[in-house]
Amino acid sequence: MAVIFQKTKALTDVKLHYCPGCAHGIVHRLVAEALEELDEVKNAIVAVPVGCSVFANKYFNFDAIQCAHGRAPATATGIKRVHPDKMVLTYQGDGDLASIGTAEIIHAAARGEKITTIFINNGIYGMTGGQMAPTTLPGMKATTAKNGRDPKINGNPIRVCEMLSALDGPVYIERVSVSTPAQVTQAKRAIKKALEIQRKGLGFTFVEVVSSCPTNWGLTPVKAMEFVREKMIPYYPLGVYKDITAEEGK
Amino acid sequence: MNTQRICCAGFGGQGTLSMGKILAYAGMLEGHEVSWCPSYGPEMRGGTANCHVIVSDEPIGSPVVTSDANCVIAMNQPSLDKFVDILGKDGVLIVNSDLAALKEDKEDIRVLNIPANAMSTQEFGGAKLANIILLGAVIQSINTVTVESIDDAFTHVFEGGKAKFIPDNKKAFKMGYEFAQNYK
Amino acid sequence: MAKVLMKGNEAVGKAAIEAGCRFFFGYPITPQSEVPEYLSSELPKVGGVFVQAESEVAAINMVYGAAGAGARVLTSSSSPGIALKQEGIGYISNAGLPAVIINMMRGGPGLGTIQPGQADYNMAVKGGSNGDYHNIVLAPASVQEAVDMVMEAFDLADYYGTPVIVLADGLIGQMMEPVEFNYVCKKELAPKTWALTGKGDGEKHMVENLVIEPDECEAWNKKHFETYAKIEANEQAWEEFLMDDAEYAFVSYGTSSRIVRSAIGYLREAGYKVGMIRPKTLWPFPTKAFEKLDKKIKKYMDVEMSMGQMVQDVAYACNDKNKIEFYGRTGGVVPAVDEIVEFGKKVMGGDK
Repeated sequence: MAVIFQKTKALTDVKLHYCPGCAHGIVHRLVAEALEELDEVKNAIVAVPVGCSVFANKYFNFDAIQCAHGRAPATATGIKRVHPDKMVLTYQGDGDLASIGTAEIIHAAARGEKITTIFINNGIYGMTGGQMAPTTLPGMKATTAKNGRDPKINGNPIRVCEMLSALDGPVYIERVSVSTPAQVTQAKRAIKKALEIQRKGLGFTFVEVVSSCPTNWGLTPVKAMEFVREKMIPYYPLGVYKDITAEEGK
Repeated sequence: MNTQRICCAGFGGQGTLSMGKILAYAGMLEGHEVSWCPSYGPEMRGGTANCHVIVSDEPIGSPVVTSDANCVIAMNQPSLDKFVDILGKDGVLIVNSDLAALKEDKEDIRVLNIPANAMSTQEFGGAKLANIILLGAVIQSINTVTVESIDDAFTHVFEGGKAKFIPDNKKAFKMGYEFAQNYK
Repeated sequence: MAKVLMKGNEAVGKAAIEAGCRFFFGYPITPQSEVPEYLSSELPKVGGVFVQAESEVAAINMVYGAAGAGARVLTSSSSPGIALKQEGIGYISNAGLPAVIINMMRGGPGLGTIQPGQADYNMAVKGGSNGDYHNIVLAPASVQEAVDMVMEAFDLADYYGTPVIVLADGLIGQMMEPVEFNYVCKKELAPKTWALTGKGDGEKHMVENLVIEPDECEAWNKKHFETYAKIEANEQAWEEFLMDDAEYAFVSYGTSSRIVRSAIGYLREAGYKVGMIRPKTLWPFPTKAFEKLDKKIKKYMDVEMSMGQMVQDVAYACNDKNKIEFYGRTGGVVPAVDEIVEFGKKVMGGDK
């Protein structure tokens, strides 16, 4: 009988602990499928964050290390420098990457570490229960900004792709989302491209996934995806921010 | 010899640290226990700089010399004022007399005033070898290492491209040694 | 190998290379900056990697990654920088990974001073990170001993799967003494089959740090403490100096023990029967050194460049807190020999 669908071997059978409607499951699968299609599961090592995806090491069926909060790019640097021929990834949320770990991501990018960072931006601290994140939109409610984020009081959100693309170290930066099937397809394409560039040893690669958090946003999964399309993406526009391989092609 | 405690002090740039290093190196080459302990910090950038050198036949305790020094080399006035009191009985104070002078006579120490800056300038066109002239006086005045060991140390400290500095250093060393020999 | 005259900071860098370390991640701070400076030029010559990290925090987390990847890895810093590294040290410890951390201590707290200090005893020995854990802490008193201990530190780290801190100070980092490098691994080391290398055709490897179930986390802790018990049984090290006929004993480590050694010379000349116990391991603390002496010694004179951070360990080791007298200088002040002589005379009953 012909196999028309098979779960990727780069994920384990451990049951995901994520909330209903959470996009981590989708992105995990995209990363896993991309590695499998590139035949790099055997060479992959992922540095996982503190946050909802802290147990991603249990779900990915390849080598993994649980990092201190925000430090995954530093830890991944250590791994990649020891094993320059392996595929080294970090998988990080917005609190981890854009708040407590801002220095680590900027400097890993600036050094041009030959790693791939997958950045899940859902504008909220999920694991700790809905506190304001560095990427929480103005007006968006959080348990530490109960009336909604007021930039005058709480400061402004950070657009990470835009910020990192000002550096010379990164070679590929793209922002994608997974709120529609077409976006999911594009997200996978971006992740795969980033990994291919890493395999060629060209430099630092970065894919931001604009994501959702139905639980802490207080929305149904469907409404949360609508919020991504209507509110998040206008603030965090999708697209390629840097791609030296495209420039080389010109 | 037992233990010899030496303090080299001056402005940053006068070569106090390197004169101490040559002495320590010579001690090591003779098979003695040695330590070279610098002051460090902001004063390295042009303030006072000093190092303590100990050459001993026993394992060295404190590498910092705060008392019972056998020799203090003062390349400038602040260094003389700061370190003269750490000299022990019969200690030798070697003064770069172009830049410093002992203001009050002290009992139980011997003082050698050497115009090392002037001697260096006259011979080498600048004061840069005043430190080695003073080192020559040290070796003549206290019982530490032999002249041959200092020559040996020069070849270790001035390696490769720096070897061209050895003849002038040897000459400066000899000038200081002979000055101390004829000192009265 | 003939002896060479080397600065402590450079010598420990060379020691690491001789011991097979090929990875260094660090950040500049006085008085240890010669360590990264030396390794930045020397590591590439032997196919190694030097990375100047963006922060102490990043550096220790790079160490965590490299250790997880199976490498012999080093970082070094001085007191405020080591304070910043505590998070990573806790993670490395919890994950059971080997790493070597050199601390060329300076005066504190806070930014403190850049002169030599010993006030990081508690941070190193009692644990500066969260949770129940121990570091192995080695305390050299000379440049040669710093070299030997850095080499040994890599073996201990690999053997027990724990961070090892070489706790020296700015004086040992900045001074020059003759050294020789003779690395011989004295431990039988198992291959690092657990390391992150990509799973290849085998099972995946994980370096974990979060244990969500308390029972499981407790069991994990207890496993670490089984290792610690072995370390306490096997690795205590100390030097006894003129202890054979001693009625009084100084207890001092590192640079302050050097000053004490000189002071003992003067005190012995004056007729005092005094010696020194010099801990070479601060954790495990060498309690065995005190067990056989307990009755004989009238007073233990603890001398440190801190306000007395080791006193409790000495009291515990000699089992009589009334026997302890303390003298310390802190904030970057190195005590003078005369001060220690005076302190000793005061404790031992004035001039003889």
